[in-house]
Amino acid sequence: MTVAIDVQGVSKRFRLYHQKYTSLKERVVHGGHVPFEEFWALEDVSAEITAGQTVGILGRNGSGKSTLLKCIAGILQPTGGQVVVRGQLAAMLELGAGFQPELSGRDNIYLNGSLLGLSTKEIDRRFDEIVAFAELEQFIDNQVKYYSSGMYVRLGFSVAVSVEPDVLLVDEVLAVGDERFQQKCMDRIQQFQRDGRTIVVVSHSPDLMRDICDTVLVLDRGRKVTMAPAGEAIRIFRERLIESGFATAPAAPADEAEQVEGAAPVEITTRRRVVELLSASASYARQDERNYIETGEPIDFRVDFDVSTPVSGVQFKITLLNERGGIVFSSTSSGAASGMPLDVGRGCATFIFDSMVLLDGRFSVTVEARDSGGVVLDILDPGCDFEVMNPGRAVGIVGLPMRVEVLPPGSGELPRAAATAR
Amino acid sequence: MAMASEAGVSAPADARLGELPPAPSGDSPRPTSRDLPYRVVSSKVRLTVRVREIWESRELFVFLVRKELKVKYKSSVLGLLWSMLNPAVVLMVYYVVFKYVLKNPTPDFALYLFSGLLVWNLFSTVLPGSSSTIVANAGIVKKVAFPREILPLSQVGTGVVFLFFQMIVMALFLLGFQYSPDWAYMPIALFALVDLVVLTAAFAIFLSAVNVYYRDVEHLVAVLLQAWFWGIPVVYNYNLVYNELVKLHAFHWLMDIYLIDPITPLVLAFQRAFYGHVVVSVPHQGRYQVLAGYSAGFYVEMLAGVLVAGVLLLLGAMRVFGRIEGNFAEEL
Repeated sequence: MTVAIDVQGVSKRFRLYHQKYTSLKERVVHGGHVPFEEFWALEDVSAEITAGQTVGILGRNGSGKSTLLKCIAGILQPTGGQVVVRGQLAAMLELGAGFQPELSGRDNIYLNGSLLGLSTKEIDRRFDEIVAFAELEQFIDNQVKYYSSGMYVRLGFSVAVSVEPDVLLVDEVLAVGDERFQQKCMDRIQQFQRDGRTIVVVSHSPDLMRDICDTVLVLDRGRKVTMAPAGEAIRIFRERLIESGFATAPAAPADEAEQVEGAAPVEITTRRRVVELLSASASYARQDERNYIETGEPIDFRVDFDVSTPVSGVQFKITLLNERGGIVFSSTSSGAASGMPLDVGRGCATFIFDSMVLLDGRFSVTVEARDSGGVVLDILDPGCDFEVMNPGRAVGIVGLPMRVEVLPPGSGELPRAAATAR
Repeated sequence: MAMASEAGVSAPADARLGELPPAPSGDSPRPTSRDLPYRVVSSKVRLTVRVREIWESRELFVFLVRKELKVKYKSSVLGLLWSMLNPAVVLMVYYVVFKYVLKNPTPDFALYLFSGLLVWNLFSTVLPGSSSTIVANAGIVKKVAFPREILPLSQVGTGVVFLFFQMIVMALFLLGFQYSPDWAYMPIALFALVDLVVLTAAFAIFLSAVNVYYRDVEHLVAVLLQAWFWGIPVVYNYNLVYNELVKLHAFHWLMDIYLIDPITPLVLAFQRAFYGHVVVSVPHQGRYQVLAGYSAGFYVEMLAGVLVAGVLLLLGAMRVFGRIEGNFAEEL
């Protein structure tokens, strides 16, 4: 395996000027001294990207991922270290960068194409293809300033992907155009992958990463945290987020506002409750060493309660909510509508999930106690919360158990396909 | 009539139908990674590598020049004609003013003036434009990787195209006045043109880089060019300076200083080639020396000197450019 991109101990220092003095007078007035702070956007980052791999660079805002991409692209020069890139490189950092509004779409294709390193001959050859991909056949001789933003971006993407580079750098530009065009873009990226080109994608969306990347490089404050297979790297990335307090603590005021707006506030009598829910907690394996479970692992939720008056029938209801407050799952303790009779004293109810099939995310757990008539006796909202990380490649909401069987051609008679009803 | 046109239309349509869809773009076998070119991004890039990268982007250079020309005269009716109209009007005005108002004794003064202005116009229009070119193109400098020297160089290229158009005006004037240039000196004018391009490129590259850090530069350039114009013999005769300096007895070294201005020899060479008359006889005033009486050999020596200086300045400018180029994207 050959190395397509070799990042060798790259550091990049930025100077943050308190105030930018760009005129001679201002510099003289300040005695040639411009107050600035040094800021290392990248510190000694090394990575080897083998040819044909699709690699994601993941990190939150300000972690240096775009800086690293620009260093690979050669737009920024690293302060220390170097990057060796093998093969023709094209960077999609901004679609349509360098478009001249006064020129026609045709002229801009040639100008932009040659900016991206295409020769005139290559552009001539691919011209029709570029125009067709951007779906701008009718408008190609109009000035670009009359284009809608969608047309503009489509043309930009179309020129960029026509470069057919050995190494393609993409900076969160995939979400352009309408859904159909996005699909075309993704198809083109996948075509590139099949062709064995090297792709580096920068994003802060773990889902996109999991979707298209083999390997993910995680950056945090300019340092390399890890470079690992996508699922593993995303897990580490999320851990980092939690550690630094970015993923936890859903904004309290917003929650309150939602509750106020939310329909049917639950009436709980102020007199001593018949059943009081004391606390809820989650328990899972290796809880002392980590604060998440992986998809498919078992998890239990336990609710402690206190009964002050004997009741004839009590049901416990659990609701799992995602970060946006949407109900993911909700169910009651027993199928019987009447519930179970409880005597005075303390007890606990445990909701046991043998396999938590949810994919990534942070979920909160709400627990209710109701009497046989469905009247809410007490509610814990939120009772507790838990975090799920997905080590695999699946994307979406739940990890449905699945396996794939492929019968290659020549492996005997194919089983008859079930008749498809339409 | 209608029949004929219908037939005319249908024939190519049939041909189109018969055509096969274009074959999928020639997918040459992808080169193995061993023979792929590789590129190193680091803070130190050798000058030879820089020059090679600029050479490899020559098509981009052409497109940028074309863009400049197109954008400049976009939506104007006369378009590129303006680039000729402008010098033509200037020429007419100068001609009238100096010939009839200021009573300049030089015969065919407009041609004398114009041959000097050809040189000066290139220099003085390219420099302000190229000083601000990196800042003006911040959008692509921050987002696309290409040798940034191409930006000031494309300004020089645009200037050369305009020079070409002005030469057409010049040719028309020569024809109109039935005036013959000194063909023997044309190679020397060509030599001077090479010098001029090298020199302008050196200044353009240097100024475009420095202007990113000190935005004064573009304003300073405009002011300095105003003064510089009077330091070269375009409007006045070179011999005016020459004669005054001879009187001062400090002739040689002051003359050397005057000639150190690299633009002066270029202007002299252009005047010698296009205007041609070293000594003219003016009615009632006798013989009158317009141009310097240097031999062709001396012109070549001077121009060779300027070329050496120009190449050195160019290399120096590229070095400076390379040093500070790494921070362009963050300074903009």
